[in-house]
Amino acid sequence: MTDEMVRADNVHKSFGSLEVLKGVDLAVRPGEVCCVLGPSGSGKSTFLRCINHLEKVNAGRIFVDGQLMGYRERGGKLHELGEKDVAKQRQSIGMVFQRFNLFPHMTVLQNVMEAPCRVKGENKSEVRDRALSLLERVGLGAKVDNYPAQLSGGQQQRVAIARALAMRPKLMLFDEPTSALDPELVGEVLDTMKGLAQDGMTMIVVTHEIGFAREVGDNLIFMDGGVVVEQGPPRDVISNPQHERTRAFLSKVL
Amino acid sequence: MRRPGRWVALGVIAILVAMFVHLLVTNDRFRWSFIFLEYQDGKRGVMFTEPVLEGLRGTILLTLTSMAIGIGLGVVIAIMRLSTNRILSSVAFVYTWFFRAVPRLVLAVLFGNLNILWERVGFGLPFGTQIGKLFGLDGFDGQFYSIKASDLLAGFVAGMLALGLSEAAYMAEIVRAGIQSIDPGQSEAAVALGMSRGKVLRRIVLPQAMRVIVPPTGNEIIAMVKDTSLVAFVPVTFELWFQLTQVSARTFVVLPVIVAALIWYLILCTVLMIAQFFVERHFSKGYGSAGKAKQRLRNIQAEQGGRFSGTGESG
Repeated sequence: MTDEMVRADNVHKSFGSLEVLKGVDLAVRPGEVCCVLGPSGSGKSTFLRCINHLEKVNAGRIFVDGQLMGYRERGGKLHELGEKDVAKQRQSIGMVFQRFNLFPHMTVLQNVMEAPCRVKGENKSEVRDRALSLLERVGLGAKVDNYPAQLSGGQQQRVAIARALAMRPKLMLFDEPTSALDPELVGEVLDTMKGLAQDGMTMIVVTHEIGFAREVGDNLIFMDGGVVVEQGPPRDVISNPQHERTRAFLSKVL
Repeated sequence: MRRPGRWVALGVIAILVAMFVHLLVTNDRFRWSFIFLEYQDGKRGVMFTEPVLEGLRGTILLTLTSMAIGIGLGVVIAIMRLSTNRILSSVAFVYTWFFRAVPRLVLAVLFGNLNILWERVGFGLPFGTQIGKLFGLDGFDGQFYSIKASDLLAGFVAGMLALGLSEAAYMAEIVRAGIQSIDPGQSEAAVALGMSRGKVLRRIVLPQAMRVIVPPTGNEIIAMVKDTSLVAFVPVTFELWFQLTQVSARTFVVLPVIVAALIWYLILCTVLMIAQFFVERHFSKGYGSAGKAKQRLRNIQAEQGGRFSGTGESG
């Protein structure tokens, strides 16, 4: 019904008296990789968390695949959805966190199988086959029976990606996926994400990796102070920023 | 000798232990045969006589049932306390406030006397009698099922409730600490995968919290074994310490009976500590220092070109 996978209209979010998002608009087409750049405190992570309703927006609307996230609209008023409905919406959105957040009491394989088995109630042996092939794909076929604590940061993050993919999401959200990694481990995670992008996954990536944004991104958003300052094709924005704040930020990180 | 201090300490301790063993063996006022073999003509040692074994069974049963109440109710109260619903969390707070404030001994006596308040207790309509009067029905009490209060709220049940309800307050705090010790990122990741709050708690948060919950719970169980002796004041006679003091009262032998009690409590707690070891090991899966040590060894092995080839399997 729509040619947009994600659509955000005028999203506002405050924590107490602190207004973090001051009217963010965004459109992401299916198969597009959208990279979000910005200084810390610019609201980019908060915006990402609003997309799967981990944070409730104070105003505005977010649609994922044409569905209004977290709310039901009735007579011009928004009513928050019940827990079950929100959970249902989240099933088709994968999320990868800065600090991996793998379940430490489960093996790698159990981490990947948990949600498809327990949330969707899928057939266990099918899920197992799928989980094994996903882990193979992220290069961790040999680690399936290890516990997360026995893996390096880069390996853990790749497991986290496989865990999110096991739910067959239509959209993947990445919240600074490489920021907590040692420099020499960043590459393996970015490679995995690149592979995912080439397979046509719709992705929104909050990142500080300018190189990744330039190479893989279809669209680049620069946020500062709770608004989108500038957006466009990554090459254009990075090599020829139009806005003073974008220029200042890029000059510091490049 | 390289470490003289160590040898001196060893010598002192050896002498103290020898003195203690000597005391146990040579002082016949311990009356070991009274404890282990025969406390009266034709009867077994006091540890193994029928009333004392019956009391031991009572102590074990009371520990298990009151801890079951304590843990079950404690988890519920901890979850209520952490709820965003103000009413639920206040109820949980008041509960822990009350049951932690009142000494167990007082609770035990209180529960033994609660049956003075009611003649019968049962399930039915609240204010059933009053509603009946409102409609002019005199005999109506709105009870579906009821039992004489003095039958239910006396002895074993009263003691079990006193200990169990008191324990729930302490367990609630332990479980709350356990739940709060888990990184919020864990529930966030689970919620992002589409899990419901109940599932997040059951599958993700509680299993990890168990690592923090189990050691103090072991403490609580061991403390409970000993606190069961308080129910003698309910009064409950089906209990180890009460039965042993009865033997003292009959035979006028005091010290050996105390020693017999001491040995039984030591045995019970030893069994519990062994059980705790295995439970802790179960819930530390994925955290084990063993696993991490192996990993570290493997890394060293890789760096040194396989020199430590005897250590652990390869990854």
